Amino acid sequence: MSTTTTLEAPNTGTWDGGNEPMKASYGKLMMWFFLLSDAFTFGAFLIVYGLARHKHMPYTGKADDFTFSTEWWPIPEKVYNAFPGLHGMDLPLAFVALMTMILILSSVTMVLAVEAGNRMDKNDVQKWLLWTILFGATFLGCQAWEWTHFITGTEEGMLLADGTRIFGANLTMNQYGPPLFADLFFFITGFHGTHVLSGVVLLIMIFINTVNGVYHKRGHYEMVEKVGLYWHFVDLVWVFVFTFFYLI
Amino acid sequence: MSSTDIAIHQTDMHHGHDEHDHDHDQNFIEKYIFSQDHKVIAKQYLFTGIAWAFIGGFLSVLFRLQLGWPEATFSFLEPILGGWVQNGKLDPEFYLALVTMHGTIMVFFVLTAGLSGTFSNFLIPLQIGARDMASGFMNMLSYWIFFLSSVIMFASLFIETGPAGGGWTVYPPLSALPQAISGSALGMTLWLISMALFVVSTLLGGINYITTIINLRTKGMSMTKLPLTIWAFFLTAIVGLLSFPVLLSAALLLIFDRSFGTSFYLSDIYIAGEALSNTGGSPILFQHLFWFLGHPEVYIVIMPAFGIASEVIATNARKPIFGYRAMIGSLMGISVLSIIVWAHHMFVTGMNPFLGSVFMFLTLIIAVPSAVKVFNWLATLWRGNIRFTTPMLFAIGFVSIFISGGLTGIILGNSALDIQLHDTYFVVAHFHLVMGAAAFFGMFCGVYHWYPKMFGRMMDEKLGYVHFWLTFLAVYLVFLPMHYVGIAGFPRRYYNWTGFETFNIFTDLNTFISIAAILGFFAQFVFLFNFIYSMFKGRRSPLNPWHSNTLEWTTPINPGHGNWPGEIPTVYRWPYDYSKPGAAEDYIPQHIPFSETQSSNLPQERVLE
Repeated sequence: MSTTTTLEAPNTGTWDGGNEPMKASYGKLMMWFFLLSDAFTFGAFLIVYGLARHKHMPYTGKADDFTFSTEWWPIPEKVYNAFPGLHGMDLPLAFVALMTMILILSSVTMVLAVEAGNRMDKNDVQKWLLWTILFGATFLGCQAWEWTHFITGTEEGMLLADGTRIFGANLTMNQYGPPLFADLFFFITGFHGTHVLSGVVLLIMIFINTVNGVYHKRGHYEMVEKVGLYWHFVDLVWVFVFTFFYLI
Repeated sequence: MSSTDIAIHQTDMHHGHDEHDHDHDQNFIEKYIFSQDHKVIAKQYLFTGIAWAFIGGFLSVLFRLQLGWPEATFSFLEPILGGWVQNGKLDPEFYLALVTMHGTIMVFFVLTAGLSGTFSNFLIPLQIGARDMASGFMNMLSYWIFFLSSVIMFASLFIETGPAGGGWTVYPPLSALPQAISGSALGMTLWLISMALFVVSTLLGGINYITTIINLRTKGMSMTKLPLTIWAFFLTAIVGLLSFPVLLSAALLLIFDRSFGTSFYLSDIYIAGEALSNTGGSPILFQHLFWFLGHPEVYIVIMPAFGIASEVIATNARKPIFGYRAMIGSLMGISVLSIIVWAHHMFVTGMNPFLGSVFMFLTLIIAVPSAVKVFNWLATLWRGNIRFTTPMLFAIGFVSIFISGGLTGIILGNSALDIQLHDTYFVVAHFHLVMGAAAFFGMFCGVYHWYPKMFGRMMDEKLGYVHFWLTFLAVYLVFLPMHYVGIAGFPRRYYNWTGFETFNIFTDLNTFISIAAILGFFAQFVFLFNFIYSMFKGRRSPLNPWHSNTLEWTTPINPGHGNWPGEIPTVYRWPYDYSKPGAAEDYIPQHIPFSETQSSNLPQERVLE
């Protein structure tokens, strides 16, 4: 009653409307919510993996005597021990460690691209996006090699009860252990790989836009930030996939 | 009189034309087909939902004919069903397909897309004071992906092997093996593709709803000044965002099992005397993944109806909603609980009884927030100045049906009782009341209430009353007897039960249920007529026909793209200032500042003046 200003003014707190309460644009919020839902999709797959693994017998003998058998879930070190160009050597998890490093490096370059975007430094954004695309594509290439090796199989293969041997794996049979092991490997790493591939496509799109100066004209590089969120998420998911398939 | 009428028409037409002109000259396709205007998208969802509802209802009439008159011949159906009627008898596998498609269509295409899609799209921007959704383009995409999904599901009705027939829950191994029944062949593949697209559409829509509510509220519209409709849509979208992705996971794994030879859900199966090579999988796994969506889904269906009913009851009782914050709290409680009770659908799958009792405990807790809501609605009605408009009748009917259906939920939630009642008509009666009919009543309530805002005209009250009473009676006449046959052990999904001595005594009751169901179905044509007729010939709506407080009634009668021609109104008060003592009228809209209502301000509101 004393002043007319308070008479007409609505509340202006953080959640009182007319602003962005989480200090994020709608696009960024949307990306966050999409990632939340995608996390549930991946979560379901990893739980499926955990349940399948739990349902099968673990290998109980000595690690040196390990052979592939449908009786037990294989030891990851014995499955993923090949390295391109180093034929016949036993290098447990060496290649997948390299792949993981490459993907984590791509996350670092992505951070640098976003940071360059905040400084409105077009050249730096281009440079770091290009590095990210390169690392992402390399990761996909590594995965292609890993899949090829997994499908082709080892020289010994698996001895079946009737004396025949099977080599490699596909969706119905598997030299490394129970068929479900291969099914889950193909499905989950494939689903993740699809995400990486879409990420690389998105990165190429924003790279082209950056080169054409679209974001510079717009006055902000938020699109780089949004794709960055997606890229970090895919990276984070890989850490979980890696843990489930290769470590435990 | 007639000359005035013509004059009104002319000015209106002129006005419409004007708007069209300065609205950056959209052509027909941009304006009505690939529109990014949330109001048009909402209507698209509504029309598609109504079309689906009639298809779904028609399917139920077909199988009710079989259940009500098991010995009769249905040669008269041959012109529409063709090969599915052999010598006047419905094909048993087609019966299963009918039940499956009825469930799928009603749960997903009508009560999820048709209800949430329509009212979230229509009301969120209008009630929070936004020009449109956060992303109009994604909103449009959401509808058109839903449309594509609809087309695929619709097409599956016409293929030679018939649509999916393994029940709306599509449990493997039945659904995973095309050689098992004809309903697991191409129809099932199309079902899975359609549902995968449906999930994508729901996620696109849901992300938009959540973001819009967080970021686009007008000045002063704090979270505790939001109408309860918006709270309901907000939490529905969040629950959908967390549970639908898991259905996507389940469906993708099932697609792989069906088409690419994996064994996620399959193990040790003999079919036609032959052993399948699949080993290691678990069909129970699918049930867990499915019900992780499936249970929240029933709340996705019913929560928008909660919101709509709350709004309509408060408006038409001319009273503030009782326990506004308790209403929000109970919605939140239901949202959280809905995600952690899924295994109560699986009590008889051989799960550990201890785990069963944990899920039973959590399930029964849902009775608490549900009861809070029911008592709040009743307390809002209590000594209200009730206006029995059509939407109000449907809102009260909703409360009645929700109570009737909810009470049996307490019985079914008990893992011990569930052993007897599982897969009987008791379950069918329970969920049809509590989520089927109740959600439908919420939807009707919303359509009658916001019809003036959608089309600028009122729906006919008398026809509305006829529609309400016929529907209300039919619902109870169908589902009350169903409880009774269910307790007697009558199993659901049986094509023919005349071979069982025990169930023969229920022949008359089944015929009765079928007659009521068919009458109920035909009552919906009253609605359809009213809906279409009023669009062209209905009484013209005033600016605020229900004297409601929310912001959508501050827009022009036919709002253009952008909703408010001038500035978006600012919000000063909650949406339930009905019959405030000392106020000039019995409602004070949200955009009226306290300085203009000094006679009615409460002591704590004086500081806001």
